Amino acid sequence: MGLGLLPLGLALGVLITHAGLPWWCASLSTAVIYAGSFEFILVGLVLAAVPLATIALTAFLVNVRHVFYALSFPLDKVSGRPARAYSTFALNDESYALATGPQARSWSGARLLWLQVLMQAYWVGGATAGALLGSVVPDTVTGLDFALTALFTVLALDAVRERRGDLPTPLLALLSALIARLIVPGQLMLGAFALFTGALLVRHFVTRSRSSHA
Amino acid sequence: MPDTRYLLLAVAVSAAVTWALRALPFTVLAPLRASAVVRYLGARMPAGVMVILCVYCLRDLPLSRPEAVAPLAALAVTVGLHLWRRNALLSILGGTMVNVVLASTVFGH
Repeated sequence: MGLGLLPLGLALGVLITHAGLPWWCASLSTAVIYAGSFEFILVGLVLAAVPLATIALTAFLVNVRHVFYALSFPLDKVSGRPARAYSTFALNDESYALATGPQARSWSGARLLWLQVLMQAYWVGGATAGALLGSVVPDTVTGLDFALTALFTVLALDAVRERRGDLPTPLLALLSALIARLIVPGQLMLGAFALFTGALLVRHFVTRSRSSHA
Repeated sequence: MPDTRYLLLAVAVSAAVTWALRALPFTVLAPLRASAVVRYLGARMPAGVMVILCVYCLRDLPLSRPEAVAPLAALAVTVGLHLWRRNALLSILGGTMVNVVLASTVFGH
């Protein structure tokens, strides 16, 4: 599963070299930031030489969704301060999906942690290789960034299949995303997460009051 | 090209913001984890979050232009492969390859 990060890392590395940035930017960014989609966006930002405050704000807006992950990520399984620190540092979309997925229920904290380490190794390795090979790949080769879309598609299919019989959840999410796309196109991700969380809360309280009146 | 100091600072700022967003909620939200509402959200959020991230990735799809054909075909291949084989790596590689080939040749430039 974490192997999906390898082609994605390669894509990021090639993108970084094609943008004219030094290859070590790929290794550094993937090792220190480790936030897939944001790193793709960051390439554009540094090329435009935007102020650091703009970078901080964009990082906040693109990654603020991680706030929600603390609600269900099984950090309590991981023991020891350094291990927990790394586990939160490496809490990206993919490791969240993996750790909250059906297969992860029986996993120990150590297994969870090593998977996170392995996933980041694929990411750093892929990006570094991509950046080094980037000069060999001609500029006409485009579309590698689809790896990110494919990754989320696969994760969504698995997560939805795991909740068979709960069709309203993915439908509410889809609706939230489409509404956010219409009313706050610049802040799709934040808008969609807020709408989706709100919709789930409403649904929870409606179901609860219905069952208590029954 | 941006200078090295700027690049290093850009990475440092991004890393600090990202890690804070990932780590701080655990301290702030810790008392909430036992509540029924949070457990309700926790069970349903993963599926929804991934759907939202998919839409986010496809947000700029130029639906009325021929360039949209490559990502749409790649998406169909990804979904098809995944429903068929349930192998995440195969689905991701297959879909990405279709997109790269179509976007770089037929619909390229």
